[in-house]
Amino acid sequence: MDISKNTLPVLKIENLKKSFGDNHVLNGFSLELYKGENLVIMGKSGSGKSVMVKCLMGLMQHDSGTIEIMGNKISQLSQNELNSLRTQVGFLFQGSALYDSMTVRENLEFPLRTHPERLQQKEVLVEEALENVGLKHTVDLMPDELSGGMKRRVALARAIILKPKIIIYDEPTTGLDPITSKEIIQLMSDIQQKYGTSSLIITHDIDCARVIANRIILLIDGINYVEGDFVQLSKSIDKKIQAFFK
Amino acid sequence: MSKASIHLTNKIESFFEEIGELSYFASRFFKELFSRPFEIKELLRQCYNMGNRSLLLVGVTGFILGLVFTLQSRPTLMQFGAESWMPNMVSISIVREIGPVIISLICAGKIGSGMGAELGSMRVTEQIDAMEVSGTNPFKYLVVTRILAATLMLPLLIVFGDAVALLGSAIVENLKGEVSFLLYFNQVAKALSYSDIIPATIKSIFFGFAIGVVGTYKGYNCKKGTVGVGEASNAAVVYTSMLLFIIDFIAVFIADIFFEV
Ligand SMILES: Nc1ncnc2c1ncn2[C@@H]1O[C@H](COP(=O)(O)OP(=O)(O)OP(=O)(O)O)[C@@H](O)[C@H]1O
Ligand SMILES: [Mg+2]
Repeated sequence: MDISKNTLPVLKIENLKKSFGDNHVLNGFSLELYKGENLVIMGKSGSGKSVMVKCLMGLMQHDSGTIEIMGNKISQLSQNELNSLRTQVGFLFQGSALYDSMTVRENLEFPLRTHPERLQQKEVLVEEALENVGLKHTVDLMPDELSGGMKRRVALARAIILKPKIIIYDEPTTGLDPITSKEIIQLMSDIQQKYGTSSLIITHDIDCARVIANRIILLIDGINYVEGDFVQLSKSIDKKIQAFFK
Repeated sequence: MSKASIHLTNKIESFFEEIGELSYFASRFFKELFSRPFEIKELLRQCYNMGNRSLLLVGVTGFILGLVFTLQSRPTLMQFGAESWMPNMVSISIVREIGPVIISLICAGKIGSGMGAELGSMRVTEQIDAMEVSGTNPFKYLVVTRILAATLMLPLLIVFGDAVALLGSAIVENLKGEVSFLLYFNQVAKALSYSDIIPATIKSIFFGFAIGVVGTYKGYNCKKGTVGVGEASNAAVVYTSMLLFIIDFIAVFIADIFFEV
């Protein structure tokens, strides 16, 4: 895929720092995500991947550094501006995070609440989103009636219902069997092709990275330790990098 | 300093920290209460849920309360030949004090712990974060509606519970003392004055608010993990119960000043 780095990045993190007391999780992490790109962030469990994306979405306050989403510095936005920017970014949570007191339909309709203009065509949007993930028949089920893989797919449908320009996936395949993982990965690339979104994918699933990544950044010791494509990184002789590709 | 005293100061410190955070949480409720959008639909749903889920429990408790209270007071009143005072005594003590306190405690167990557990598990499974990234203010949608619903519903539940308790008492009087229902409730109506009903109602609004604030505070700020959810729901009940007695004490004090007999 041809990714032109001449354009401005849709998402930019510069020198991000975040600590919890003495636990320095992020020590100056930076990344740039370009239009149409699949950027994979890999890192060990507990290395701060989820913390990084939470700072990115303004769910957590970062200590220092700048975060820009489509040219807007998020720390300078008002709550309303931040909210409207957030609807241009889809977010797939690590544990799916479906609202368990609502049906699948209500789950998918929830992001539309703040968009009165799209509320009128909600039936169509819900149907389209579920069709994309192949789960049209589950529309009236409750989340606890779904399997883990189905939940992940419904969550994906919810993340794309507003047709966001950027999608952030926090460990989309963790906890799923290899076959279901493959299906999810396939869905991710289908959606990317269909809507031309840019994706930021957090994972420690090497197969997922191999299939989907245009570029990989390794998050080690709280910084972007190294950056490159799959082939480059897998040939590296650095022990810390090799550990990921065994 | 010895280990024990350090432990104690830490405890006291975290207690006051908690009070501070709780007050901040409550002030945020008032701030967000009056700003758009008003989540009316969700508020009504919460009101319906709370009322519906607690009605039977409050009814049964109230009924037994009235029944037992009357049965146990009868012998004493009879010794003084004052059985005819039964409706007066029962109605005043139930409406003024026992009804609101007992029913609020029951609701702290039912509604407060429910809020703690529900919001707690939503926090732990990142559903609250998911709401936030989809552009809905979770504090408004989840917290404000629940606190408001509890504040509105508790007085209603207490009125209902009081009524059922008086019915229980009337049944005992009817069977044991051969007092007709008409006579019983006539006397109740005569015995109760505004100075009984108004302070009790105001008090129950505060009880409802306390249940709502503590329950949502504990759930909304739940710590990670399933242990956190259990703790949140447990702490919601314990702290609310304590707070209810403190509010009751203050309320009785103030009512005493305004409605001096
Ligand atoms: N709210 C919080 N309070 C305190 N510490 C936190 C908090 N959230 C995360 N941490 C700490 O930050 C570090 C990174 O956590 P994070 O969840 O980002 O890991 P991760 O890279 O996403 O791991 P995983 O692959 O297991 O999801 C951990 O050491 C964790 O203890
Ligand atoms: Mg994580």
